[in-house]
Amino acid sequence: MSPENAPDPDPARRARRPRRPRWAILGERAIEAAIRLSGVSAIVFVAAIFFFVLREALPVLLRDEFSLGQFLFGTEWYPTSATNVRYGSLALTVGTASVAALAMAFAVPFGLGTAIYISEFCSRRTRETLKVVIELLSAIPSVVWGFIGLTVMSKLIVRLTGAPVGVNLLNGAIIVALMSLPIIVSISEDALKAVPDHYREAALALGATRWQTVWRVLLPAAKNGLLAAVLLGVGRAVGETMAVLMATGHAVNIPHGLLDSVRTLTANIAAELGEAPVGSDHYRVLFLTGTLLFLITFAVNLTADLVVRGSRRR
Amino acid sequence: MTRVLPSKSIRPLPLALTAALAAAACGGGSPAAKPAKTIIQDKGSDTMVNVAQVWAEEYAKAAPAVEVEVSGGGSGVGIAALVKGAIDMANASRDIKPAEAEQAQKNTGKKPVGFTVGFDALAVYVHKDNPLAEVTLEQLTEIFAEGGKTTRWSELGVKIPGVSDDTIVRVSRQSSSGTYEFFREHALGNRDFKMGSRDLNGSKEVVELVGATPTAIGYSGMGYAIPAVKMLKVTSKAGAPSVAPTVAAVHDKTYPLARSLHVYTLGVPQGAVKDYIDWILSDAGQKVVEDSGYVPVPSDQRAKP
Repeated sequence: MSPENAPDPDPARRARRPRRPRWAILGERAIEAAIRLSGVSAIVFVAAIFFFVLREALPVLLRDEFSLGQFLFGTEWYPTSATNVRYGSLALTVGTASVAALAMAFAVPFGLGTAIYISEFCSRRTRETLKVVIELLSAIPSVVWGFIGLTVMSKLIVRLTGAPVGVNLLNGAIIVALMSLPIIVSISEDALKAVPDHYREAALALGATRWQTVWRVLLPAAKNGLLAAVLLGVGRAVGETMAVLMATGHAVNIPHGLLDSVRTLTANIAAELGEAPVGSDHYRVLFLTGTLLFLITFAVNLTADLVVRGSRRR
Repeated sequence: MTRVLPSKSIRPLPLALTAALAAAACGGGSPAAKPAKTIIQDKGSDTMVNVAQVWAEEYAKAAPAVEVEVSGGGSGVGIAALVKGAIDMANASRDIKPAEAEQAQKNTGKKPVGFTVGFDALAVYVHKDNPLAEVTLEQLTEIFAEGGKTTRWSELGVKIPGVSDDTIVRVSRQSSSGTYEFFREHALGNRDFKMGSRDLNGSKEVVELVGATPTAIGYSGMGYAIPAVKMLKVTSKAGAPSVAPTVAAVHDKTYPLARSLHVYTLGVPQGAVKDYIDWILSDAGQKVVEDSGYVPVPSDQRAKP
């Protein structure tokens, strides 16, 4: 606070100070309220989405003949069977988890490496070019990625690995990894940039090499931001729908290898919600898989939050 | 006509969006509008989406005042939209189910009425290098159905050239497809599919994947054949003659996997929709069916509205 703004001890002079007009005060209050509202609205939206999704799913959950255990751990997904309808979503959950995990196995080392290079090693001009190109990467629509997976990647995978079919777990994971790279790179780069320069100077003064500086000083210092970057990447990988629908082969199958086809929770909802009559069991079970998806991402974020807090306290 | 909305609970937002878009479109459009076009919304079977598209294009020449908007998604998707009253006509490569007809009556007060607009033979496709020439329905059940034993080509006595792992790659359709339901009912005797088949989203995708995969087997409409695949002759049981999917075999009903293609409307069609269906069942409309690789309805069997 500058000295002029401090309350003046002399009441006469205080009265002479120009008053702000009433509309300015009201306007400021209105803007404050609007900002507060948009802050709170995030919470409201999340709660409302969860409520609506769960509300559509609830009737089937409460039915006696519906078994939650079978839904969570059954591997047989026959929503439209003529003889024996079964809703076992384990293969879908495993599909989502395997695509996301494999995608992160590709994207995290590449993403962090790129971020470290951009923030610590490259020249100013290279940095600007790289940043623009990486941002362009995130502007490619999801369906175009799916198209690349379906046509280019699948032929490449068949040729290089000898797999019978090119649309599979590996294909989906590579595509999702490429899609989550821009997020991981730009957020980790910000996190590294936010480490104060005197950390780098201190490390150099102690005789550390650049690599030692990065590995021993910068990465630990930027840990929280890097974790956030990785988690946003995971969120992208779990939630991605169109590209995985096209690239994974859409087979309800617990994968035994990288070249098996899988189906994810998201792709399954996208493919089946259109045909499921509103209010039918199939429709409600699809909403239940939506709830499951929500809970998975919620659990991931919560764990991350707790990890970050835990490390901060230490 | 309203859009197909996914659920009641999130209805206000899309409506508001459409309203906003419509307002924007009106504001931007030229005020000197041409006479309003009658729009027919037509949705459903992926098997029929190609032929329906050509119908729409040809009909635009015959009746310029009518515009037919065609979209796919599967017979189930089309019928579901018709049941909600969201479209004017649904294409279906299977019969409407009694439960769906009942639901439509409950929702809209009208009974769905169906017209047979052509026939299709569901062909069983393999890669062109596969030496197999014919297949029995029993073998198909063993390959595709839950509990079926056949998982390798060698079990059928087939050696695929140039392939070390001869595991059969099963190519199927997503469960909203009429083709999926027809195959399940007529080839598998209503048994469920084995888990782990590649469930693709279109008739063309099935044929393309089979054409790119030497160890694959899949099913799709006979109109979708490409040079990289081969249609198998099908035998209804061992010992019976095997029949190739041809126009003649569909007409005399000797091909075991032949089916009718339908168009459904809510209530007896009237006005523009009636004219359109009349046209589809005319010689011009039926020629489109033939040119698209399907089997037209013989002129004495056409039931016009």
